[in-house]
Amino acid sequence: MSAADVISLYPAFIVEHAAPLVVVVPLIAAALAAMTPGQRPAWLITLGATGASTLLAILLLAQTMTQGVVSYALGGWVAPIGIEYRVDQLNAMILLLVGVFGFLCALYAPRSVDDEIPQSMRGLFYSCFLVCFTGLMGVAITGDAFNLFVFLEISSLSTYVLVGIGSHRDRRALTASYNYLILGTIGATFFVLGVGFLYAATGTLNIADMAERLSGLEASSTVRAGFAFIVVGLGLKVAMYPLHSWLPNAYTFAPSVVTAFLASTATKVAFYALVRFFYSVFDPGFVFEGAFWIWLVAPLGVIAMLAASVQAVFQTDIRRLFAFSSVAQVGYMLLGLSFGTAAGLGAGLLHLLNHAMMKGALFMAIGAAALRFGVMRIEEFRGLGRTMPFTMAAFTIAGLSLIGVPLTAGFVSKFALLNAALERGWWWAVVAIAVSSILALIYVGRIIEAAYLKAPPTRDGVSAARAPAPLSMLIPLWTLALANVWFGVNAGFTTSLACNAAMMLTGDGVCIGPGAAP
Amino acid sequence: MSSNHHLVLRVVAKLLIPAIALFAFYVQFHGDFGPGGGFQAGVILAVAVILYALIFGVDEARRAVPPWLVRAGCAAGVLIYAGVGVATLIGGEAYLDYDALGPEHHHGQHLGILLVELGVLTTVASVMLAIFYAFAGRAPDIPDEEW
Amino acid sequence: MGDLIVSHYNYWVVIVLMMMGLYVVFASGNMVKRLVGLGVFQTSVFLFYITLGKVAGGIPPILPEHEGGEDHSTTGASGAATTGGHGEDAHGAEGAHGGDGAAEHAVGGDHAGAVHHDAPIGFEFDASALDATYSNPLPHVLILTAIVVGVATLAVGLALVVGVRDAYGSIEDADISRAEYDLDANGGNA
Repeated sequence: MSAADVISLYPAFIVEHAAPLVVVVPLIAAALAAMTPGQRPAWLITLGATGASTLLAILLLAQTMTQGVVSYALGGWVAPIGIEYRVDQLNAMILLLVGVFGFLCALYAPRSVDDEIPQSMRGLFYSCFLVCFTGLMGVAITGDAFNLFVFLEISSLSTYVLVGIGSHRDRRALTASYNYLILGTIGATFFVLGVGFLYAATGTLNIADMAERLSGLEASSTVRAGFAFIVVGLGLKVAMYPLHSWLPNAYTFAPSVVTAFLASTATKVAFYALVRFFYSVFDPGFVFEGAFWIWLVAPLGVIAMLAASVQAVFQTDIRRLFAFSSVAQVGYMLLGLSFGTAAGLGAGLLHLLNHAMMKGALFMAIGAAALRFGVMRIEEFRGLGRTMPFTMAAFTIAGLSLIGVPLTAGFVSKFALLNAALERGWWWAVVAIAVSSILALIYVGRIIEAAYLKAPPTRDGVSAARAPAPLSMLIPLWTLALANVWFGVNAGFTTSLACNAAMMLTGDGVCIGPGAAP
Repeated sequence: MSSNHHLVLRVVAKLLIPAIALFAFYVQFHGDFGPGGGFQAGVILAVAVILYALIFGVDEARRAVPPWLVRAGCAAGVLIYAGVGVATLIGGEAYLDYDALGPEHHHGQHLGILLVELGVLTTVASVMLAIFYAFAGRAPDIPDEEW
Repeated sequence: MGDLIVSHYNYWVVIVLMMMGLYVVFASGNMVKRLVGLGVFQTSVFLFYITLGKVAGGIPPILPEHEGGEDHSTTGASGAATTGGHGEDAHGAEGAHGGDGAAEHAVGGDHAGAVHHDAPIGFEFDASALDATYSNPLPHVLILTAIVVGVATLAVGLALVVGVRDAYGSIEDADISRAEYDLDANGGNA
């Protein structure tokens, strides 16, 4: 089915106003969910709104395929005066990612929420989830630098609350959320300070307009200072290696569904913002930016891949383990970005999509295990392959994808990253990717070993009974697990999404070659 | 607290609170002529209730402005704001293009900004009260006698 | 050197506040004090934006009333705020840098001038009003938004601190670490 066919399925009114609706629908739904008394209606509203947003994101993606850039002037105030929603191939991909994962997490949520969150808070939990979803969609779609800050804070503030709700299971969620709040706010404030510098230098806040006016201002120290503040600010939100300290605790103590949602979307959207500023606002040809990539982003990415993976190996709590693994995976994406080529950026963006699938599936499987047995530590996963066979099978597929085993999505993006590194001639990056993958094999292997090779715990001589996860959890979990396999075997769709975006941003004509996909 | 405490305070507050609430609406409706608007008006309106709570007690204030109303107000303001946007969409214009709301440009813009500010007023006043109730409604863990 | 301090005093205030705020955030072991530090830090950025908007000799960006009906004068005023916001960027940039003469200002000025002509709707006002120098209101609007974000952050932060106080009986980092350490030492999973 071609993109034009997809568009023709939607009513003309929706086609015209898809850009604001993708943000407004979840916003209205959040208000409605806060007003409804019960939790079931709130959940249904959440499911409906995230589903509708996903459909709108598909429409927007189809529109970017047929007409290039979709620009929408809010309030009829044309850019650069008004706030513009601007969708191109890069953020159409991110919108689709957020939409799909929001929907899958909404589908997954009810059983997990019933288990982990007290009755009185469930309605507001769904409302908060939708506000977070709205914020992430807004960051992805807006074409205005200050508006991006506002949406970033909308999503972050609701994230602090969502993490803090985990305190009903473990009080450490409160301190985790508090530290996240302090660091996240410092990051956002640095970002807004950087935007202020750029505004002083260019007199505009519209991203496309700013990019135009920045050309030729490379030597300006105002622009350079703005660049530095924006990088540090967004680096904190992305969990760029030395700025990642908020992430492990936040992922560990948040409710399961929140961890699954954040791991697959929040840092991804922040990474999108970083790419947007690196490639769209600032000119990749700026000397200071090129030097910054080679001397800072690439080394930090490699350090993240190695150091965070090593830390992951020594964790006992499974969610903490995968939180460190997430920091390492952000390192892969940053490394891809720092190559400065279409191949490198495309590999980074492809890894962004694939990593969302892996971590979404892994954290969903962990949440299912937590629901049935309340287990969180590696030794407690023993025998889970027998007691929860479907959950652990999906977990294993996603784990293999994380390692980068052929025929999984993780392999495709790591292979693309290797190709990009070879193309650039960075042998040390190739070595780092290999070592990091071996470390991933160790930490994933420990869990899989415990789950399949050890006997389930026994009580009074009776081995623990089989307790499969509920269907409402298995469906989204297996959707993601199968996506890991599907996009490992047939990577055409994800590769073309990432490559089109990368080629548009870098202006290069060649991206990941057809040889990348096995 | 016995009822004849703070007599002067109570009388002055009873005089002041309606004036504060009225001033909030002045700031609200003056917002499209000059300095003012929903944010400021919302805070001032919430101050009227908070002052009431400080003088007459949080329980009294909760009876006057119940928490369910506050929670509904938080959401209702967002709905008013987003609803104006949807209304402009249905009117055939871009999201939040107020021209769709009136027969001619000035009229529509006037009505649109007024409605949006009303949404802001509702949410800001409700959120301020929600924050106040959340913090003030907690029993002090150091009883008064121990001071 | 003295000139650098005096002519850019607003930036020095911003820098000092920012460093003070960040220092408190990182040095204090008390959770409420760290939120206070965070507030000071954010305020310094608000101040930075506000000084960007000030134009030397600029008047408030409200166009004088046009002779005529009530209706026209009101939309004139509200419309002026919008044109001013986007059209006076040139002045904003100049004011922000105290005229230290870097090339970027000229560039900013040219572009802002171009934007000015793109004003989408015609307003009714005295033509002479266009010649006046206005301060740039856009940073004020942005900071109004940022202040609201800051208030929300503070509220969420304080709510978390209240929760921590309930759960741990203290809001000092040292006490909380000790409580967690005891827990780990006892092998508990909480």
